[in-house]
Amino acid sequence: MQPPAEMVHWLFAVGILFVGLCLLAEALAGRDVWHMRGWRKYLWPSLTFALGLFLWPVMAFFTNSAIHMYAHGSWADALMLAGAAELGLVHGRLKSPLWRFTWPVAFVVTGTAFIVHEQNPWFFARSAFLHHLVGWTFIVGALAPLALAFRPRSAAFQAAFAVVIVVVSIQLFADRDVAPVFGHLSPLAGQQHR
Amino acid sequence: MNTTFVTEAVQQHDIRAHSISLLGPLVAAAGIVWAILQPNRITLLHPRGQGFWWLAVEPPLLLVAAGIVFTLVVARPLLADLERHRATTR
Repeated sequence: MQPPAEMVHWLFAVGILFVGLCLLAEALAGRDVWHMRGWRKYLWPSLTFALGLFLWPVMAFFTNSAIHMYAHGSWADALMLAGAAELGLVHGRLKSPLWRFTWPVAFVVTGTAFIVHEQNPWFFARSAFLHHLVGWTFIVGALAPLALAFRPRSAAFQAAFAVVIVVVSIQLFADRDVAPVFGHLSPLAGQQHR
Repeated sequence: MNTTFVTEAVQQHDIRAHSISLLGPLVAAAGIVWAILQPNRITLLHPRGQGFWWLAVEPPLLLVAAGIVFTLVVARPLLADLERHRATTR
């Protein structure tokens, strides 16, 4: 009854896309308008926290190797920390602006986890390519939340943050368990299906 | 107040409102285009012999659903608030 790995990627892609859309809408409307309804200011931080929670079953059930377990576990920790910190900040419980640095940290941890747990080279198969690509997107994209930590009211930096997240969701939607990438598919990857 | 500044502010507000209203439909449209380009990704079109997960998780339909939910749950109330905010700051 366990879903194929590619479906887990697609389901996370939907959640990540929704977070990205919310961030983009907040950047366009402005923080004051976004915070006009109580539930809305908690929306994307809660979603982020929930995505972190959902990574625990992924860690538990998709244990291809020890490195997979460590990668998914550290990613779950980082996402939950970033979501919880954002919840604390929007609620007003957390006052220190240093909490905003949890996002760039979460991006770097996530990116590193993606790269480290993909043990095949870039052109082994599409999933290998996308894991490397998502990893580097997170690491390079960490500049957006880092800039946002210094300029929290900048709509441009928030939009950049949102775009990085939407790009990651597109990359996750493109994931397949066994499929070629730019015509390359290692014979060791297995039989392509559908 | 200078009418030029007021006009510019209203135009900028309209662009923002328009962009927000387009986000959800664009995502849903992307899902529809994807479904047309890769109909084999819609398992519901050939459901015989497919397991639960292949019927439940179909990426183009997930995109369409995300676009619709975002429009109804997030974008519409946000646009109403944006309009209210403009009315109070006018």
